[in-house]
Amino acid sequence: MRLSLMIAGFLAALPVLAAAEKPQLTVYTYDSFTADWGPGPAIAKAFEAGCDCTVKYVTAGDAAALLSRVLLEGKGSKADVVVGLDTNLTEQARQSGLFAPAPALSASYDLPVKWTDTTFVPYDWGYFAFVYDKTKLPAPPTDFKALGASKLKIVIEDPRSASPGLGLLMWVKKAYGDQAGEVWKGLADNIVTVTPGWSEAYGLFLKGEADMVLSYTTSPAYHIEAEKDDTKAAAPFTEGHYMQIEVAGKMAGAKEPALADQFLAFLAGPEAQAILPETNWMYPVVMPKGGLPASFATLIKPGKALLFSPEEAAAMRAAATEEWRAALSK
Amino acid sequence: MVLALILALTLGPVALVLIQAGGAGGLTAADWAAARFTVLQAALSAGLSVALAVPVARALARRSFPGRAALVTALGAPFLLPVVVAVLGILALFGRSGLLNRGIEALGLPGVTIYGLQGVLLAHLFLNLPLAVRMILNGWAAVPPERFRLAQSLDFGPRDVLRVIERPVLRATLPGAFVAIFLVCLTSFTAVLVMGGGPRATTLSLAIYQSFRLEFDLAHAASLSALQMALGLVAAFAGVALVSPTAFGAGRGWRGQAWIAPPDPRAVARIGDGVAIGGMGLFLALPIGLATAAGVTHLPRPDAALLAPLGRSVAVALGATLLAVAGALALGLALSGWRKGMARLADGAAMLVLGTSPLVLGTGAFLALRGWADPAAFALPLTMVANGLMALPFALRILLPDIQTLRADYDRLADSLGMEGLARLRLLVLPRLRRPLGFAAGLAAALAMGDLGVVTLFSDPERATLPMVLYERMGQYRMDEAYGLAVVLVLASFGLFWLFDRMGRADADV
Amino acid sequence: MLTFEGVEIRQGDFSLSADLSVPEGAITALIGPSGAGKSTLLSVVAGFLVPTRGRVLWRGADLGPLPPGRRPLSILFQDQNLFPHLTVAQNVGLGLRPDLRLPAPERARVEEVLGDVGLAGLGGRKPGALSGGQQGRVALARALIRDRPLLLLDEPFAALGPALKDEMLDLVARMAGRAGTTVLMVSHDPDDARRIAPLTVLVADGRAHSPVATAALLADPPPALASYLGK
Repeated sequence: MRLSLMIAGFLAALPVLAAAEKPQLTVYTYDSFTADWGPGPAIAKAFEAGCDCTVKYVTAGDAAALLSRVLLEGKGSKADVVVGLDTNLTEQARQSGLFAPAPALSASYDLPVKWTDTTFVPYDWGYFAFVYDKTKLPAPPTDFKALGASKLKIVIEDPRSASPGLGLLMWVKKAYGDQAGEVWKGLADNIVTVTPGWSEAYGLFLKGEADMVLSYTTSPAYHIEAEKDDTKAAAPFTEGHYMQIEVAGKMAGAKEPALADQFLAFLAGPEAQAILPETNWMYPVVMPKGGLPASFATLIKPGKALLFSPEEAAAMRAAATEEWRAALSK
Repeated sequence: MVLALILALTLGPVALVLIQAGGAGGLTAADWAAARFTVLQAALSAGLSVALAVPVARALARRSFPGRAALVTALGAPFLLPVVVAVLGILALFGRSGLLNRGIEALGLPGVTIYGLQGVLLAHLFLNLPLAVRMILNGWAAVPPERFRLAQSLDFGPRDVLRVIERPVLRATLPGAFVAIFLVCLTSFTAVLVMGGGPRATTLSLAIYQSFRLEFDLAHAASLSALQMALGLVAAFAGVALVSPTAFGAGRGWRGQAWIAPPDPRAVARIGDGVAIGGMGLFLALPIGLATAAGVTHLPRPDAALLAPLGRSVAVALGATLLAVAGALALGLALSGWRKGMARLADGAAMLVLGTSPLVLGTGAFLALRGWADPAAFALPLTMVANGLMALPFALRILLPDIQTLRADYDRLADSLGMEGLARLRLLVLPRLRRPLGFAAGLAAALAMGDLGVVTLFSDPERATLPMVLYERMGQYRMDEAYGLAVVLVLASFGLFWLFDRMGRADADV
Repeated sequence: MLTFEGVEIRQGDFSLSADLSVPEGAITALIGPSGAGKSTLLSVVAGFLVPTRGRVLWRGADLGPLPPGRRPLSILFQDQNLFPHLTVAQNVGLGLRPDLRLPAPERARVEEVLGDVGLAGLGGRKPGALSGGQQGRVALARALIRDRPLLLLDEPFAALGPALKDEMLDLVARMAGRAGTTVLMVSHDPDDARRIAPLTVLVADGRAHSPVATAALLADPPPALASYLGK
């Protein structure tokens, strides 16, 4: 046992030794960001080409696990940059005091909302939406009330464990305010089940367990691009669509603050922005020169973008979750 | 020693989280509601699994038919499916557009809905029934054949067999099986949420998840895990207090027939046994078949992207197996020599591991390591230890009855010959316990292959196991690839399970 | 000399006292009604049971501190005398080395002893493939090879037919005579005692009496023995 610990420790130290000559930027992110087909490898390679440094990714399971880890590590964290929080999490992150203000970027963001956050840098975004199969559902509902009145079956994610679930909670709240509880009551008999994460919900939908699934307006792009399948579509809702904006931030205790600033700028820059759409299946925050990939052309463009500020989102989360729980527990 | 280690590894993480939080948080009304639902579904799941397992185990004990050995081996399979895959398989059979409902609709009848408590129970039944059957069947197999022959020669009717042989077998096996399944269901997460149909099915596991991940309220999370553990503790002690060994003594072990118990020749019994075996076979085979069918056409190429995580998973599984089996054997040998009260206390304490939240375990480990080492470097050893720890109570359950029999039969002889230490282990304990050791090892390996995800806080792409890669694929729309990986995972887990189980049963003649 | 010095055994309502000596080099039978404590007495000698009071001495040395395997004795139980998963030769070899790491000369010795008890060539078999009488011989062979000065027999041949049993008892007597082994044998059949045991200890009414000549005892049994013998 002791020997194996020593070996493990030695192996862990190896990459550090090997990279000793070049400065190393430590980036914390969620694990699908660094997967082979995710944006991580290509972005690291492109960044390393211009920085004379190495990028080391450290992963936690998902966005919530990522924040948990950073908060647990506190000031002792080895992270220089954290990539992968969203606006539902940023208030908590900011209040921890662990993050430094973002560098002043010249980028003008192509976001449906004005970006005023001075701590975090957005790098991609999307709209939540209900995705359906065009061949099975020719006339999808156009708002929550119509959906609630229909006999359609939907599968959603739990706001207590999954960010799309939390997004839907905020969507209904932003669109209906005090009447959100009523809307949920109307949806109660449409909800087949509530899954712990996005994967389970989307898997159930693909297996035919529901007519619609809570996902993103960009989801059909994956099927078009990777599977040459154009039967999936997102239903446009007249209330508008709630947004998810993914952000990155610099740690206040970063060992490589200059490289961290450089990386954040790179992430919002043209090279990384061109990589993101078809690896993370989200919209870029700055339109790449060549425009969006072809697979994004047929996607719906919501007329109205909905988003609470991080402060509002953090303040209302507990009450909104309780309202949701009460409405669906009947 | 082993026990102290288990307790340290179980209670330590909660303590560390508490220290980090600076105290425990209060529990809300919603928490207690979640606790009630958690206990309800776990008790019903365990009760149902055990109740249905009895006729199946009995049928398997007293019938011989072609493929019986294969079926008994296959009973390990659902337990080792990743829960997501198992749930999708169940839904392919019982879901809204599953085979069952399509059949019902074809008849023009209204479909049935599976989501809700019934769905949770069905999923838990699917995942745990085979385990219950194996545990009870092992109890039957431990009855010396002489006792059955005696029963036959005395012309016992079914009632007499029930009273004299079957009831003691059930008394010895049911409480343990019930508690093991209860504890597994107590911490069940994905199956409850997906099948539960909505927030009515809110469990303590979800509450822990929420307070950890969404609210980062460590104090609340620690209180919730302490509550979960207390519930597990009550169940574990109640269970071991009810176990009573069979006291059938040793036989010469000669069977000479394929069956364990003499077949009941009555037609009604034959039909009943057939229904029990056939029903269970279909209940298990159909969802597995449907779940993996999607993957068969998307099998991954055997390149480094597959083989590296697969290799890591196998290595983790083998390490965890060694830990679980060695720990259970050491603990079992020690327990069987203690006074009854002490032994039961320790047995219960060992079961407690099952009531631990993987999330708390992982966070505790992270807190313990972070001061002096890179936690990511320990991701794999930790996964190994955590999985070994979780498998240990099962291994102990499987080994304990045979250890007790072994000691009753051969302790005096071995003592009188001065067989001690390693020689006794090598010449007496290991060969005599070969069958339960093989089964325990197989189960531990399969469990560990399925992984628990204790390391989500500090996973590392360079050290990803196969289940982690599978979940990653699912998280990025690549469902078909995920199903393909699931097939590989199932084959690999089942291969390990089969290999160990087989090793235990190879010429276990005497 | 094997001495029971103020030995008392209490287990619930069972009690037995023994204060007696058994001479060396002879075969002594333990006779008495069932439940009187004959096997219990052997368990105390063998070290499986600690007496409530008193000591057991062999050649003046207290056996108390010795674990069963270190005592100067071999014991044959009523059953479970052999490990069913080990071969005949391995079962016998355990008598030489409990870890079975036997060098060639010791393996030859095992073969030789198996020949002595009439089992030449059967060393490779498992006990399950032998008859009851042959299994008894394997256990005897192991006792023989252990070469301890004291042999305890807890009715190991009770399950055999009369002819086979007599044959086994004669084999015990012959072997014990050759090696000068002291034998203590439990028996419920006075004929067994008559056949090979010159001395008999009567165990009855909570007491183990001092050994007396078997022939005389059986010819004129005291009341407790008389009722057991049905006379």
